[in-house]
Amino acid sequence: MSRPQEDVMPSGRFSVARLLEERGVSRREFLAFCSAVTAAMALPATMVPKVAHALDKVQRPPLVWMEFQDCCGDTEALLRSANPTVGELVLDILSIDYHETIMAAAGHQAEATLEKTITDYKGKYLCIVEGSIPMKDGGVYGCVGGKSHLDRARQVCGSAAATIAVGTCAAFGGIAAAVPNPTGAVGVTRAVPGATVVNLPGCPCNADNLTAVVVHYLTFGKLPAMDGHGRPLFAYGKRIHDNCERRPHFDAGQYVEHWGDDAHRKGFCLYKMGCKGPATFHNCPTQRFNEKVSWPVASGHGCVGCSEPQFWDTSPLYRRLPNVPGFGIEQSADKIGLGFAAGVAGAFAIHGAMNALRKDKEPTDDHQQGED
Amino acid sequence: MQAEHHCKFKQYIWELPVRWCHWVNVLSIVVLAGTGVLIGNPVFIGSAPQSYLMGWIRFIHFVFAYAFAVSVITRMIWTFQGNCFAGWREYFPFLGVAGRAEMKKVFQYYTFQRKHPPETVGHNPMAATAYFAVFLLYWFMILTGFAMYAEHAPGGTMHSLLRPVYAIMTTQTMHLYHHLVMYLIIGFVINHVYSAWLMDIKEKGGEISSMFSGYKFTTGEYAVCKSRFWDFFPWKNKP
Repeated sequence: MSRPQEDVMPSGRFSVARLLEERGVSRREFLAFCSAVTAAMALPATMVPKVAHALDKVQRPPLVWMEFQDCCGDTEALLRSANPTVGELVLDILSIDYHETIMAAAGHQAEATLEKTITDYKGKYLCIVEGSIPMKDGGVYGCVGGKSHLDRARQVCGSAAATIAVGTCAAFGGIAAAVPNPTGAVGVTRAVPGATVVNLPGCPCNADNLTAVVVHYLTFGKLPAMDGHGRPLFAYGKRIHDNCERRPHFDAGQYVEHWGDDAHRKGFCLYKMGCKGPATFHNCPTQRFNEKVSWPVASGHGCVGCSEPQFWDTSPLYRRLPNVPGFGIEQSADKIGLGFAAGVAGAFAIHGAMNALRKDKEPTDDHQQGED
Repeated sequence: MQAEHHCKFKQYIWELPVRWCHWVNVLSIVVLAGTGVLIGNPVFIGSAPQSYLMGWIRFIHFVFAYAFAVSVITRMIWTFQGNCFAGWREYFPFLGVAGRAEMKKVFQYYTFQRKHPPETVGHNPMAATAYFAVFLLYWFMILTGFAMYAEHAPGGTMHSLLRPVYAIMTTQTMHLYHHLVMYLIIGFVINHVYSAWLMDIKEKGGEISSMFSGYKFTTGEYAVCKSRFWDFFPWKNKP
């Protein structure tokens, strides 16, 4: 996949740089954006000119944004930032021939737009998916325009150049897939096994990471390096715990014990309040959210592990360990384990007492030879 | 037992590597459980920011994790090198007729249906079966433990080698089961210490001291046996 966008874009679609210029984004702001996004991709500063050059030249690739079983949270996260950002404009300009939440067209018109894009640019367009796809009972649990989510996902993601699954639902099934998963919700990778997918889990997905993936694709013509869960390494390559600003408190053994206690006011580690930072891979501590203003741990709440597969079933918000399967919600692993150990000790204590009652004969003969 | 069998022979049963591995395991399990409980639920620690207390507790946990892994691997290699009491076949008594018969006797003794425990030279078959299960627990702990440890460097050698573990379990699931299996091992330790104490009293063969000296007192004849692939179930051939 080398620069598919250059040869497929119709004339009349302008370069990203030109479109930004029309929108009143200065060259300085544009280059600042290029630096920031290069850093977000964990590339060296020497790559900034290449990124800027690529964005100067690149024609806008068609992009469709599909929503399945979602809460629209990723769209909101992208749209509701305090100020319009260059990143947002990049995504806006890439746009977005089809987006149910923000597009002006409706009904048959909207569906016709989608149909046109995926037919005219078959294998060339980008697809962003938000929300999980219900698989159970032939996918009857969600449909738009008379087609089930499953059919639409297979049609649209299957012939896209690449699919970006934004948010945990699109990546791994998310909240809708929580036990008992009534609709058989799954992420894009499982619903459309043949598709080229990059997962950007998170609840919501960080818009900066989405922008970085898109810019990476525009610059290099391919998707970034990914981990075992299909997540780009630049954003999900390190544990939250290892980049956390409260990590020194963890190592020193200084923990918040109760909400609002002295330790909480001092900003100590939230490990004992159920923080999932040690089990979660994401760049929240460095990239942060909303113009890098803050992120959950900075604002005093533990990480809930939202970008990990099955977090909805294995990450109780305020306890470190998941619930023990088959036991009541309030039974912690420690209670069960201690009960088990006490049971074993008790059983053998009884056994020992019973053995003590079976008297061994004291040796009586001259040789002190006892009974065996 | 008749009087003519009351002669007991001093027999070398547990070779040096067996004893070393046993005691390294003991020390490791105690330290790993202690530090592990503190890592899972850090109580009463941490006052000064410069103390690095949790850091040291985790460091100790990791050092003993390596010691434990080396010990378990060494012991498994020794099942192919050592004498027949250390041999790998010793751990599958339930596969042979003689082993199952012997196991039944031990079970009857434990359930008060027999007056005397059957005399065993090496491991008794029920104990050996338990050790086989415990070795599986050890490997579960080693694999999940190092899988969680390797997450500090995703893409590194250890992380890549443990890829199958990540495919089976999420990190949170690993934390949970690493925690729960610790309690299973604590349960085993309670059972193990109790049984050693009981057998020391009832068999009068120096069960507990044999783990220090290597020697047990048995009525069995003196035998030198190497663990070989072809000598299935050593006790089959013994009087």
